[in-house]
Amino acid sequence: MHVVVWVTENTWPVCVDAARDWAPADAEVQLLHVTGDDVAAAAHGAFAGLLGRGRPHERDPGERVEVLAATAARELLAAAAERLGRAATSSERHGRIEREVVRAVVDADLLICARDGDLTRTGPHSLAPPTRFVVDHAPCPVLLVWPERPPGDPLPPHPPGPRHPPHPPH
Amino acid sequence: MLGTLAFAVIRPRGWPEALAAVPAMGLVVAIGAVPGKEAWHEIRRLLPVVGFLAAVLVLAQLADDEGLFAAAGDVLARACGGRPGRLLAGVFAAAAIITAALSLDATVVLLTPVVFATAARVGVSPRPHVYACTHLANTASLLLPVSNLTNLLAFTASGLSFTRFAVLMALPWLVAILVEYAVFRRFFRADLQGPVAGGPADPPGRPVFAVVVLIATLAGFVVLSLLSISPAWAALGGAVVLAGRALRQRRTSPRALIGAAGPLFLLFVLALGVIVKGVLDNGLGDGLAHLLPDGASLPVLLVVAFVAAVLANLVNNLPAVLALLPIAAAAGGGAGPVLAVLIGVNIGPNLTYVGSLATLLWRRVLHEHDTDPDLGRFTRLGLLTVPASLVAATVALWAVLQATGG
Repeated sequence: MHVVVWVTENTWPVCVDAARDWAPADAEVQLLHVTGDDVAAAAHGAFAGLLGRGRPHERDPGERVEVLAATAARELLAAAAERLGRAATSSERHGRIEREVVRAVVDADLLICARDGDLTRTGPHSLAPPTRFVVDHAPCPVLLVWPERPPGDPLPPHPPGPRHPPHPPH
Repeated sequence: MLGTLAFAVIRPRGWPEALAAVPAMGLVVAIGAVPGKEAWHEIRRLLPVVGFLAAVLVLAQLADDEGLFAAAGDVLARACGGRPGRLLAGVFAAAAIITAALSLDATVVLLTPVVFATAARVGVSPRPHVYACTHLANTASLLLPVSNLTNLLAFTASGLSFTRFAVLMALPWLVAILVEYAVFRRFFRADLQGPVAGGPADPPGRPVFAVVVLIATLAGFVVLSLLSISPAWAALGGAVVLAGRALRQRRTSPRALIGAAGPLFLLFVLALGVIVKGVLDNGLGDGLAHLLPDGASLPVLLVVAFVAAVLANLVNNLPAVLALLPIAAAAGGGAGPVLAVLIGVNIGPNLTYVGSLATLLWRRVLHEHDTDPDLGRFTRLGLLTVPASLVAATVALWAVLQATGG
């Protein structure tokens, strides 16, 4: 069984814990981190927008951000591997985050990820858009965990409108 | 002028921009658009401000060499206590001050990588913090004439004093930043969730000397302005003190210092100043004046700011400010329309991630970066922040003008 754990900055500990709890002992666990290319691109772009300064590459903050991002991804995966405490492989990807995650789980048997949207209540908004995309498009089963205990009553208030009596009159 | 600007966007073979700007200036003088004497006068008038810019660029580089930016990242990491929302507030404060005092170049080139590293160290998603740097490099560049090249060009054309410029722009600057902050908090709420596990590692050395010099320099700006002396002297003083120390400790060389000042960039600015004067003096101002209503009423200022923002997005903010300065100056509303142009051309570029469609298209042509990153997010963020901060800053400018009698 091939289990992929999606490691993100905000939610990785709870996903790793879920892998410890739910992945079978004989499963191959893969820790996956995807670096969004848009962050370095924003830095490249800000530099490209400066007219008249010349454009020597060593001044381009996007280049430094790319190097830093690669280091940060490796460190995050190392921290996740340590917390997992069992044999696991690591995978570093970059690109458009949600698409890369879906590509990475094409041959997986399980994806573990966490809710990362509005965590103050249950419902569709508890998933941020990229995670929503992954959950909707992943071809494999998905284990979706709460980063913290879900708040209060998991059901929304009863929808408005006429209520039908539970038992029709005879 | 158009040729000079096209050269600056395209930069054939990576040649410096001054290569086209300086001959263009020579041409402007040769054909008599600006008599040689007046061109010299314009350069003399621009020199102190360009000197100020040079001092600020050197100051920023030396402060970075002293480890100031790394230390700022360390302070941010500690102050946020693992809370991404507080880190964002800290990044906003740091980027706003650094952009205003050390120019937008310092935020883009020096602060952005440090902010990324800080976010990674704290263990939070770097996206909101890096985007904040790119946005504030534009939005927070409203405050001082040296914060942005656009300000420098408008400042010399508007006849405002350094202090008056800062007084008029302080409220628009603050309001625009607050609007950005409110939008960022909501837009990135998923990235800004919750306390995180990671903690800051060992602190780097504390650059006490650089911090003291910079605080003294900033205090010098205020004191000299109050005494009606050019604050450039404070920037020069700060740069000389830091450079003296760095040279004595052999951490830098005269060559590196000259490089940090960007001599070709400064030459480019001087040449542009003369070219702008040629355009201003030769009827473009009169010819275009009927496009905009006269005066400095709130609707006029809003129209000017929006036109400036749209133009900045089409052709880059430097050509936009140059094209609109004559119109704004001829609109008969005093400093108001000129400063509204600046609000437009400084905030407007946040709409696209490279500041304008011209640069965007040229980058596509060059395939400088083949990947197709998710820039829809950047554009959506721009659509939310730009109109709101533009309106808020313009209303603030109008209010300040009313309160201080135009």
